[in-house]
Amino acid sequence: MADIHLWGALRPAAGGASVVSVNAKTIRELFRKLAEDYPGMEPHIARGVAVSIDGKIYRDDWQRELPEGAEIYLLPRIQGG
Amino acid sequence: MASESTTAHPFEDAPNHVTPTVVHDPILTKTDFKSVGTRPLRPDGLDKVTGRARYGADFNLPGQLVGLVLRSPHAHAKIKKIDTSKAEKLAGVKAVITAADLPDHTAGDQSMYDILENCMARGIAKYDGHAVAAVAAVDAPTARAALKLIKVDYEILPHVTDVDEAVKPNAPLVNPKMFTEGVEPKPKKASNIAKRTEFGHGDVDAGFKDADVIVERSFRTEQTHQGYIEPHACVASVSPDGTGELWVCTQGHFVYRNHCAMLLGMEVSKLRVTSSEIGGGFGGKTHVWAEPVALALSRKANRPVKLTMSRDEVFRASGPTSATSIDVRIGAKKDGTIVAADATLRFSGGPYYGMWAELGAMTAFACYDLKNVRTVGYEVLVNRPKTAAYRAPSAPMAAFAVESVVDELAHKIGMNEVDFRIKNAAKQGTRASYGPVYGPIGIGATLEAAKKHPHMKAPLGKNQGRGMACGFWFNFGGQTCTDINVGPDGSVTLTVGTVDVGGSRASLALCVAEELGVPYEQVKCIVADTGTLGHNDMTDGSRGTFSSSMAGIFAARNAITVLRERAAKMWEISVEDVKWEDGHAKAVGSKYGNLAPLSLKEIAAAAGNTGGPVAGHSEIVADGAGVSFATHIADVEVDPETGRSKIVRYTVIQDAGKAVHPTYVEGQYQGGAAQGIGWALNEEYIYGKNGRLQNPGFLDYRIPVCSDLPMIDTQILEIPNPNHPYGVRGVGETSIVPPLAAIANAMSNAFGVRMTHVPMSPPRVLKALEAAQKG
Repeated sequence: MADIHLWGALRPAAGGASVVSVNAKTIRELFRKLAEDYPGMEPHIARGVAVSIDGKIYRDDWQRELPEGAEIYLLPRIQGG
Repeated sequence: MASESTTAHPFEDAPNHVTPTVVHDPILTKTDFKSVGTRPLRPDGLDKVTGRARYGADFNLPGQLVGLVLRSPHAHAKIKKIDTSKAEKLAGVKAVITAADLPDHTAGDQSMYDILENCMARGIAKYDGHAVAAVAAVDAPTARAALKLIKVDYEILPHVTDVDEAVKPNAPLVNPKMFTEGVEPKPKKASNIAKRTEFGHGDVDAGFKDADVIVERSFRTEQTHQGYIEPHACVASVSPDGTGELWVCTQGHFVYRNHCAMLLGMEVSKLRVTSSEIGGGFGGKTHVWAEPVALALSRKANRPVKLTMSRDEVFRASGPTSATSIDVRIGAKKDGTIVAADATLRFSGGPYYGMWAELGAMTAFACYDLKNVRTVGYEVLVNRPKTAAYRAPSAPMAAFAVESVVDELAHKIGMNEVDFRIKNAAKQGTRASYGPVYGPIGIGATLEAAKKHPHMKAPLGKNQGRGMACGFWFNFGGQTCTDINVGPDGSVTLTVGTVDVGGSRASLALCVAEELGVPYEQVKCIVADTGTLGHNDMTDGSRGTFSSSMAGIFAARNAITVLRERAAKMWEISVEDVKWEDGHAKAVGSKYGNLAPLSLKEIAAAAGNTGGPVAGHSEIVADGAGVSFATHIADVEVDPETGRSKIVRYTVIQDAGKAVHPTYVEGQYQGGAAQGIGWALNEEYIYGKNGRLQNPGFLDYRIPVCSDLPMIDTQILEIPNPNHPYGVRGVGETSIVPPLAAIANAMSNAFGVRMTHVPMSPPRVLKALEAAQKG
């Protein structure tokens, strides 16, 4: 189980929790399970969510593995100019 | 490079040297350079200075029609009826379209539906300038006459254009179906607040209780435009067989292709998009506006259509940045330690859902190491054009508010503002205010450099003040696809899919020359059309050089694998006994001592008999861009009689990771600072009470010109990004973040007046000076 830190806009979908536990090996599996367990997160995931794994931010690489004990933060998928 | 680099080749073990599709983590593999870090001429320079380069409006096709768009004169109005019959009957008119000609193919994708609706109003005009119909005619006078013959029956609705007015409970609703997201329970009443978002950690309230000094202020920034010199322009040609081509000025032709194909109901592969040279974008050309309209006109007329937006249209109907309203509160101990920081940010997004306040909330306190921090963002709908990204979107406004309060807090404590920031600066291991823990970062180094910079000690003249501020931007990478083809003469073509907005073709050629071990002049970099490469995300997020150089280096490594293989065949030895060094294949071991190295040129010349063309390819997701920080110093002179401000000296200090082409890195630093200076002092959208934009032109919306600016000094720091093979970070955006606050702080230091409203235009400065004099 990995602890997944949520930014504020996702928290209402998790009953106000800032951290949820998810059993997932990859980003893809994480998104799938979050959408299953917390349906309110699905629109956010569809719009774009980035994943920070130990400080390195992944916007697109859904095959990326979630290492055991890694610190995982969900972030909006950033836009730039 | 050479044997070490070759040994570190991530695809060394690829079976049969087939190009792998999965790329290893691009960890830093090189720190000594021959080509990277030099300053050769850019390959597009001569064409640009002689007028040969082709921009969006320079493309023409036989039989081409002129497209023009009819726009709403109302800020908010129901479109009861559009009568196009008279326009259609006008001689020379070949097509007239409305939203009915752009049926909804977005299949429930709200973001794409918003884009569709923004390109052509669907029942409701939501801002002054919103497209409601378009024509294609044989010439511009006929097209203009046709627009006048289109009769639109509007029912005017209440409007709101001000971000603070829009969040009031009884404000006119921009979208009656919008219910605030991010709050529980879900609201039952519609609102102009599209979303609430929050970031932070620690206990902010407890932190403030520990503070010896607290500064709290509210700020406003007005809406600005990217101000690119080249307006949006395209030529669209759709054939009756369902295929189409689009020549367009854009920051991302692959994304334009995907969006246009969806909006037109076309298959992506049947729409080929070619990007022109670009006369500035800065985020404003990341979004389709007129292109789907041009394609729809062409499809209906069965003729090519050129559509060029006027400057008036660019201001009224492309994508300016947000107007904002921001409250900041920061508390510190007397020793200078910040113990709590809090900000509430309201950002306008036009009539559509956006993430602009969210970005402001993420970036606001990113420069600092804070135990207790909270930011709350509100996305606010208004009857203004759909907000688009503008260079480090949302960060300049947030930094204006935060860095102003940081400066004021330092002075209240009695600390030098640079020392105060150094004491609280984020560092490796700091938890960012938006969540993750930082890796190696450069904010501390930029501050230390600022402290030592001669600019800090230079004397000031009469009515002059000096200010400084810091800035942050994330940077990102994204999908990138690149080819290298070696010609029979050994010259190298590097084919990329990221539009060159600031000299990236030179930088990318330098990286590939470095990796191959050949001179820069031997590598020609071109930007391919969408039919030539796999998808590339657009050039935004400071990703162009970062991601395409990474893909280019990997493609070069693949090409080197092929070159070693070909050399082995020429020598009839094992490929394992061939290494690549200084642009040559060399046989390894004393038994091959009589084999002279083979140059790339020699191997290329023999390619026809060793297996055919020599090429390298790479497709990657370039994650790990590495965040960027900057510190700016500004000297400002204010005329106390007129309120006019002049920047008399300006210095940018920024971390580049590794500056591939230092001249273009400096250019990015200077360009960002120049835009920030214009934003700080002059630029603003001014709306009348009728909701119409009052200043849609460069005479009344004043961007800085060369005579307004001093030579902007730059200092490049290089703290390598460990996630890029050469340590490169994006550099294009961060430098627009600090100027607003640096200039406000300079004014405060000069006159003791804290400016809280951007732009700090002469009337606002005079008003503030007069208020200060009255006490």
